[in-house]
Amino acid sequence: MSMTEQEILAGLGEIIDEVAGVPADQVTPEKTFVDDLDIDSLSMVEIAVAAQDKFGVEIPDDQLKDLKTVQDVIDYVRRAGVSA
Amino acid sequence: MSTDRTDVVVTGLGAITPLGTDVASTWAGLLAGQSGVRRLTEDWARELPARIAAWAAADPATLIDRVQARRLDRCEQFAIIAAREAWADAGAQDVDPERLGVVVSSGIGGVASTLAAYDTLKEKGWQRLSPYTVPMLMPNGSAGWISLELGARAGAHTTVSACASGAEAIGYGMDMIRSGRADVVLAGGTEAAIMQLNIAAFAAMRALSTRNDEPERASRPFDKGRDGFVLGEGAGMVVLESAEHAARRGAAVYAVAAGAGYSADAHHIAQPDPAGTGIVSAMGRVLADARIRPDQVVHVNAHATSTPAGDVVEAQAIATALGSAAGGVVVSATKSMTGHLLGGAGAVESVAAILALRDKVAPPTINLEDPDDDAGLQISAEPLELRARAAGPMAVLNNSFGFGGHNVALAFTAA
Repeated sequence: MSMTEQEILAGLGEIIDEVAGVPADQVTPEKTFVDDLDIDSLSMVEIAVAAQDKFGVEIPDDQLKDLKTVQDVIDYVRRAGVSA
Repeated sequence: MSTDRTDVVVTGLGAITPLGTDVASTWAGLLAGQSGVRRLTEDWARELPARIAAWAAADPATLIDRVQARRLDRCEQFAIIAAREAWADAGAQDVDPERLGVVVSSGIGGVASTLAAYDTLKEKGWQRLSPYTVPMLMPNGSAGWISLELGARAGAHTTVSACASGAEAIGYGMDMIRSGRADVVLAGGTEAAIMQLNIAAFAAMRALSTRNDEPERASRPFDKGRDGFVLGEGAGMVVLESAEHAARRGAAVYAVAAGAGYSADAHHIAQPDPAGTGIVSAMGRVLADARIRPDQVVHVNAHATSTPAGDVVEAQAIATALGSAAGGVVVSATKSMTGHLLGGAGAVESVAAILALRDKVAPPTINLEDPDDDAGLQISAEPLELRARAAGPMAVLNNSFGFGGHNVALAFTAA
């Protein structure tokens, strides 16, 4: 099963709303987590764990630090989903 | 008012307790003699010898932001709620951040978070632990979060002394101002410890009331029928301020935070010294520190937890410490209504003592049906008017003692 970009974006929006209180409609692909969405490194860990549960893809710490924007996560999930 | 040291005044109060979600509702509940003690109907309580407790009047998670709530232990949620009320009440928002301090304590800290995290660890592995686990379980978490919220940079501290923690925090806050480290300090204590492990552990000490069929009658300090304390939860906060700083901004003043007295029993880790020597010392030291005479004291909010041994020792110690002036003092045990808030107790009871001074009325001690043959103290079974008996400002005291042998007495005098 592979998810569409829209499905991943919607799932991420739910996670970020739950974890960090950022309304899902503000979670758009070009946004950066730190500067645009004001999400700190601890919350990024929570988001990564929740994303693993939701999308079924592992995000190791050394990969997590390179995921700067919402689009980065979408691309990562799609790539990992394909190879899995 | 003294000229040789910095006077400290109280300019804000905050509380969330089994009787109410703020100071006004808590104080109204205390004066009305309400009990916050309820049956524990949860599954985890079924096998416990003590199946009663005093939950806070509301789930704190419903009173704060949803995202913040998931990052805070329940005791930190209580602390934030009471701190916000006290801070808004004081109206000191313009204080220099470098001159603003926080001293907030807990006797136990985030034990619920510790246990939940351990369950997660065992069942799902370390990767599933919240990255906020450590800030949730550390006892200084509340002080840290409140300092963030207020932008308080003079220092954030946590004084841990079991059930004396909240009172010790207020004493430390006074010291921060007197020593010149801060102009304003938010100080208090919090606890959220109503859970299986804590009740079982206190029951293992035989410290808890097992009057399970009569929850509202279970906490009965100074009554001959008492059989232990009832666990409560919540937080109390005060805003302390140098008198000069408060006067400069025209702040309303509840009371003078006149002094603190400390001692250690060095007798037993969890039992009171039957001679009450440590309590008498702490009470003598608070009178000296506050520069008041025993006959100025009109009211004592006693530690009085409803344990058979503790209450009688305290009553005798109050009588000894205040000497010939003791008979005219109205003693109240508000734990008869709130249960025992552990690290929150000293702070909530300081709030009660300050309001007793303001309104000139001592709250009742409920369930006092067959009083101990005490040392001639006047223990309030109903609200009693407080009247000055001698020259000088009226004074009230708040006693708090903790396992470990910690004794803290605080004095507040009329502004």
